[in-house]
Parts: sequence; structure tokens; C-alpha cells
Amino acid sequence: MYRSLQSVLAIFVQILPVLILVIIIMGFSNYFLKPKTVSEHLGVESGVKGWILAIAMGILSHGSIYVWYPFLKNLREYGMRNGLITVFLYNRAIKIPLLPVMIFYFGPVFVVILLVYMIMVSVVEGKIVEMLVHRGLVELNV
Amino acid sequence: MDKNSNDKKIENRIGFLAISFYKAFKSFISAFPVLLGVILLLGLFKTFVSPQMITSVFTGEPLRDTLIGSSLGSILTGNPITSYVIGGELLKDGVSLFAVTAFIVAWVTVGIVQLPAEAAILGKRFAVVRNGFSFLFAILVSIATVLTIEVVI
Repeated sequence: MYRSLQSVLAIFVQILPVLILVIIIMGFSNYFLKPKTVSEHLGVESGVKGWILAIAMGILSHGSIYVWYPFLKNLREYGMRNGLITVFLYNRAIKIPLLPVMIFYFGPVFVVILLVYMIMVSVVEGKIVEMLVHRGLVELNV
Repeated sequence: MDKNSNDKKIENRIGFLAISFYKAFKSFISAFPVLLGVILLLGLFKTFVSPQMITSVFTGEPLRDTLIGSSLGSILTGNPITSYVIGGELLKDGVSLFAVTAFIVAWVTVGIVQLPAEAAILGKRFAVVRNGFSFLFAILVSIATVLTIEVVI
């Protein structure tokens, strides 16, 4: 039990900087982003640019995935597409600073092929989720 | 007159910035109990699930192991480096690359531990559908990756 609490404390200390960073990003995005801007870049009319932006945001975001849920909820309220939220969450799996470790264990060919497939699949998954949302099979709000 | 209107503009901007941060903090605080639950679950996992326990689950049959890899990767969570280390050890122990790939992909794309938080914040069905497809795609990505490697090398 004591060891579990120690682990919890260690995790909390580890994610604290990211938590603060996310609150700061959310604060500034509330200030600078207008629903019109979000829907233009990440909304229905965003097109290919939106998918690329969501992939890049997912890859470049740091810290634990669950820390980003409130931020994504915020962006969704501003007009971000569910497909792009899915793409963002899937691409959080690709972490550039960790690639050397992955290459060390599995080799460069494996890593390159895996990453290409993961990016492709993220878009497929995003399209499927979006299609289900469109058909009303996935709820938009909690 | 101009100076006064400029001051008012600045005051308004500062006020709006404060409101923006207050909103961000409030929405984070409302999500915090769920996030705390996830952190507590993670603590339990870190304490009670060892890499040896994970290795012992694999059977040696590639197809079944791929399914086991994806399932285990979905349940377990933590820093991706941990999955690479365990994956490397699994490969050394003779577990197929299909299973190891499914394991490391599901580790980072599916989150059973985080599911309650994702459901509470982004929607129940959204979370279930997204994680369900990520689980399936972990298997497909592992098959596609390994087959491509076999063609390339």
C-alpha cells in the first residue's frame, strides 16, 4: 500500500509540469482562439490541412494522454472535429524524443515502417469515428 | 481622451486574459477528480504488475500471442519506454514480432486505465469506440508492419 502511494506521488510529480503547461495552453487558447479560428483550422471546413495539423499536434504534445482530455474538450466546444480529436489522441503514441530508444530495441527499418502505418491508421480511425458521429452512433457531448 | 481609451483597452484585455485563465483552471478542476482516479490506478499497476508477470502470459503461438499482446498492451500503461524494454525482452524470449508489435502499439494507443477519464471528459461512446478501434488497429498495424519488414529485408 505504501509502495503504491509512493508510485502515485512519483507519477503526480512527473505529470505536474505538464498539467501546469496544459492549463497555461488552455488559458491562452481561451484568450486567443475564437470558435471561428478553431473551426477554420480544425473544424468541418479545415480539409487536409486540419488532418495534418491534428497529426502534428498529437506528435508534438508531451506528457500523459489523460492530461490533454480537458484541452480537447475545450477545442471541441470551439468546433474541433471528432475525427481530428481521434487523430490527435492516436498520434500521441508517436514521441520523437523516444524514437532513439525504440530504434535501439527494434532497429530503424521497423521504426520507420511502424510510424508510417500508425500515421495512416490514425487518419483511417479518425474517418471511421467521424462517420459514426455523423450517423449519430457516437455522442458529441458527455 | 486617447490615453484614457487606450488604458481602458489594456484593462479590458487584462480582464479578458484573467477570465480566460480562470475558465481554463475551472475546467481543469472539474476534470481533476477523474484524472486523480487514473493516477491512483496507475500507482496500483506500477506496484503489482511486474515485467516477469507480463512475459509469463505469452504462449508461443503467433496468432494467439498477437491477440494477447494487443490485450495486454491495452490494459497496461505507463511510459512507452517501459513497453520497448518489455518488448525487447519478449523478443529475446522468443515471442513473435507480431505479438511484440501489437503489444507496444496497444500500449500507447489504447488506454483501459484512462478510459473512465476519457469517457467522462470526451463522451462515453466516443471513448469506447475510439479505444475499440485502436485495439483492432494495433493487431492490423502489427501484421502490416511485420509483413512489410519481411518484404523489405
